[in-house]
Amino acid sequence: MQLWLIPIFPLLGAALNGFTGRRTSQGIQSAIAVGSVLLSFLWVLNILLNSMPAPGAEIRESYFTWISSGNFSLSVDLVVDRLTAVMLLVVTGIGTLIHIYATSYMSHEGGFYRFFTYLNLFMFFMLVLVMSGNFLLLFVGWEGVGLCSYLLIGFYFLKKSASDAGKKAFIVNRIGDFGVLLAMLLLINTFGSLDFKTIADKVKTMPVELSAGILTAICLLLLLGAAGKSAQIPLYTWLPDAMEGPTPVSALIHAATMVTAGVYLCCRASALFEHAPIAQDTVAYIGLATAFFAATIGLVQNDIKKVYAYSTVSQLGFMFLAVGSGAYAAAIFHVVTHAFFKALLFLGSGSVIHALEGEQDMRHMGGLRGKLPITFFTLLMGALAIAGFPFFSGWYSKEAILSAAHAHSPWMFWVAALTAMMTAFYVFRTIWLTFFGEYKGHAHPHESPAAMWIPLAVLAVLSVVGGFLFNVPHFLEGVLPAHAHGHDMTLEIIGSSAGLLGIALSYLFYVASPGLADSFAESFSGLYNLVYNKYFVDEVYDAAVVHPLERTSRGFLWKFLDQNVIDEGMVHGASSGALGLGSLLRLLQGGVVRNYATWVVLGAVFIFSAFSLLGGAR
Amino acid sequence: MNPAAFYPTATDYLRFLPELILTIGGVLLLVLEALTGDNKDKSSLGYLAIAVVLGAMFAVPVALANPGTSFNGMIVSDGFAAFFRMVTLLVGLFTLLCSTSYLSREKANTGEFYLLVLFSLAGQGIMAASNELIMVFLGLEIASISSYVLAGFLRDDKRGSEAALKYFLLGSFATAFLLYGISWIYGVTGATNLVAIRESLAAGTSGNSMAVAAAALMLIGLAFKVSAAPFQAWAPDVYQGAPAPVSGFLSAGPKAAAFAIFLRIFQTSFESFSSRYEPVLWILALATMLVGNFSALWQSNVKRMLAYSSIAHAGYVLVAVTTNSNVGTAAAMFYLAAYALMNFGAFAAVTHLAGRGESHVTIDDLKGLASKQPVVAGLLTVCLLSLTGVPLTAGFFGKFYIFKAAIDNHLYWLSALGLLNSAIAAYYYLRILAAMYMHEPKTTDHPEPVPGGIQLTMWFSAAGILTLGVFPGLVLDYANRFATFVK
Repeated sequence: MQLWLIPIFPLLGAALNGFTGRRTSQGIQSAIAVGSVLLSFLWVLNILLNSMPAPGAEIRESYFTWISSGNFSLSVDLVVDRLTAVMLLVVTGIGTLIHIYATSYMSHEGGFYRFFTYLNLFMFFMLVLVMSGNFLLLFVGWEGVGLCSYLLIGFYFLKKSASDAGKKAFIVNRIGDFGVLLAMLLLINTFGSLDFKTIADKVKTMPVELSAGILTAICLLLLLGAAGKSAQIPLYTWLPDAMEGPTPVSALIHAATMVTAGVYLCCRASALFEHAPIAQDTVAYIGLATAFFAATIGLVQNDIKKVYAYSTVSQLGFMFLAVGSGAYAAAIFHVVTHAFFKALLFLGSGSVIHALEGEQDMRHMGGLRGKLPITFFTLLMGALAIAGFPFFSGWYSKEAILSAAHAHSPWMFWVAALTAMMTAFYVFRTIWLTFFGEYKGHAHPHESPAAMWIPLAVLAVLSVVGGFLFNVPHFLEGVLPAHAHGHDMTLEIIGSSAGLLGIALSYLFYVASPGLADSFAESFSGLYNLVYNKYFVDEVYDAAVVHPLERTSRGFLWKFLDQNVIDEGMVHGASSGALGLGSLLRLLQGGVVRNYATWVVLGAVFIFSAFSLLGGAR
Repeated sequence: MNPAAFYPTATDYLRFLPELILTIGGVLLLVLEALTGDNKDKSSLGYLAIAVVLGAMFAVPVALANPGTSFNGMIVSDGFAAFFRMVTLLVGLFTLLCSTSYLSREKANTGEFYLLVLFSLAGQGIMAASNELIMVFLGLEIASISSYVLAGFLRDDKRGSEAALKYFLLGSFATAFLLYGISWIYGVTGATNLVAIRESLAAGTSGNSMAVAAAALMLIGLAFKVSAAPFQAWAPDVYQGAPAPVSGFLSAGPKAAAFAIFLRIFQTSFESFSSRYEPVLWILALATMLVGNFSALWQSNVKRMLAYSSIAHAGYVLVAVTTNSNVGTAAAMFYLAAYALMNFGAFAAVTHLAGRGESHVTIDDLKGLASKQPVVAGLLTVCLLSLTGVPLTAGFFGKFYIFKAAIDNHLYWLSALGLLNSAIAAYYYLRILAAMYMHEPKTTDHPEPVPGGIQLTMWFSAAGILTLGVFPGLVLDYANRFATFVK
């Protein structure tokens, strides 16, 4: 089926723009960038329409043997099964729309071709990630998307906050990657393979007394990686900062595709998680906690992109809750619908920001309904979808997650329902503040060009009908482990009313009686400040991890071990010219060499005593 | 001894051919240097030296085609030796390619430099192929003494001279430990041949506690040469002070050769003490990674940062040594080859970017490099990504195999801590990348053209890094085949 063509198109696009971008016009660059992703999308459609794999089956293409050492061998395999098919459609489909949008959004920015080179490169790695047949190739994509994300977050690098945000994202993700790498090594050690299918087969026949400990360790390490990539507690802090990147990047990478890679990883490893109940429960707890806390932060942010960023963290938490409850298909369903409405919300907010010449603070917006009718209408559709308004796309996937959570443990359902209400509240808060009331800024808002609103319109349609049209859980039956839970009417009604209640409350707070929100904030100022400042988690991390690490390594390792004597030697050195006896003596008397020699002697004493103490006489 | 066996046969020479070529070439250069006038351009001597190294590289397969020991078991020609001969020669070739333009720029283009490189390479080759302790010592000293001089080759540069002196004083100190250990082991077992020592220790006829002490002494000497903590203090000063191509040379070549004898001695002769030295190596490996990575975090001088990074990388290789297994040895071999490419590639870039008198070696000097010299920045990026351990580079598979070997040998905590270390290490490589890609250039002056030799080196390293990142089997299969020693 020539699966390799799917990722190769964007790679070629990146190469073309990267090497010729200096000499070509923006039109050609746009055509290359959009065209390459579109070709991937069409090729995906071609493959899926002609030979959609049956549930449990897969199309596998093996290109060459990558590693073979001893009893362990691995080949470069691309695989399309139904799970990958869903991801492929989302990544290439949404990717095409966002590329089109970006050609207009970025047209006034410097580094146009550089932007699309990175963006196409990102698409390549993302496609490798979802098409890989084994953990190692997945990890290639995993690291690659991280690198591109770093480059794109820091795209406006003249802004210090942007390059700092890029660095933060990279470092936090490296901590997660450490987990994936260690998990892979343990998988090789346990199963002698990194192939998804082989491992899934072997884990079934593994005796429980052997599997419990090691599988829990592996799954927790995978979870660490997933939490890094998908911005879950405790590694979520990078995602809100990542909004420093251009808005199409926020939509594509930090909402629709890359950040869902952690969910995808957990689903790919579902066979392992199913046999590691402790790890699976941990996933549920982390997901629920992230969903709840991120939603509370989202309630009070004033930067429209920050609200959506915390919303993304929160929604990803819902997906982890689904994974932890064993409802993998529901998690993927939410990945899909979330890709529709969150990409829409970000692109819509980008359209607003674009219209207001860069303004992101909602306190300086308002009344834009008449000036930006298309943006308003599409954004409203997105908001209704994420709020879980009945029969909109988000409603279907959220109900699936809520009922799975109830089956896992009822209290989780109630917390999740409360979170769903907060979701509706903060999303509609952005709608009221942006489009209703009086305009409070000084720009001259104008509707965005067609290249920007057409993708908005498509995404709006998908956000409305996507859940009804694409029955992902049904499509994935037999692909992912499933737990039977029937439709419970009561739960559905409670879940739906939570969303409606959130919308109503925010209407009350921000439209019906506009002073209410402020007076609330005043009467609970302590709590408000705590939440407004994101629970001071960044500050706590700095104080608890970053600074101690910095002090220790600076104080001890550097000052104590590295005396940087060469530079001082240059300043205080003897006369120039050949090295004489004088400088030799200076070196010796300066204590530097003696100092080093002392280390050698101390080390020697250590090794000597260790050798004589260890192992005993033989 | 049988007189017939005492006279070397032709095969004996073939097994020693790479070092023979290097030595003869070096002596030839010495003569030619004296014959050409003082004011002549000495670049041609550099080209001759390159030809000699290429000749030695062709001789490596010849030596490999005649496996076995020569000169009464002094030298052994096996796949392991051939591997390290090739790695050190490659590093030597890179050094020479980068040096001709560097020496012209620093107005120090004399023939001695080239012949010192050749002699040092001969010493490293002997280390790689030595089958007994006297040859180990000889090779080590030949390599080291040439290196001491190379580090201080720019006589008028105080940093260099100081570096050379420190290197010499501490290096001699460490060699004394090694030599002391050799003499003890000779006293205990009456042998200097590695296999004979093993047999003598296995037979249990000799005092084991004395042999253990001897092993400890030799470990100290070797730990110094591979810059393992706490014997690493010399490395940052030397790499920072030495001429940039020499820093690249020292950080890759002699280190690889030192690891070669490390592996050979400890897995051949002292295997019976493994329960004693494994815990020690465990601690050394961890300490080396920690000291290297955490010190590198705060450096502003790129050469010094790379020096600490090279200490950290020695720590990773020590993890492989700690496993004391064939997979570990193969992983160490692969890593050292990958490391030679990526580290020398980075030093080649620094050689070019440092400018006359090496006045531009801070991270700030690299700001905006991507827009000024995109090709250099791109190639340096490949090297840095590989040092970070990003997939599709040789450095990733290097780390992957090392920690795989460690997990296979149940070193779970060391693997976890090592991988965490490499996660932290990303930060300082990222600082260089960020400076190149995320800043505007400091000055707008036109960049100097990249000299051909340096370009060739950088392209070759980058291509090698990516090739090994996609097809690691090219080197790993070889390493796996020859990771066992004759016992």
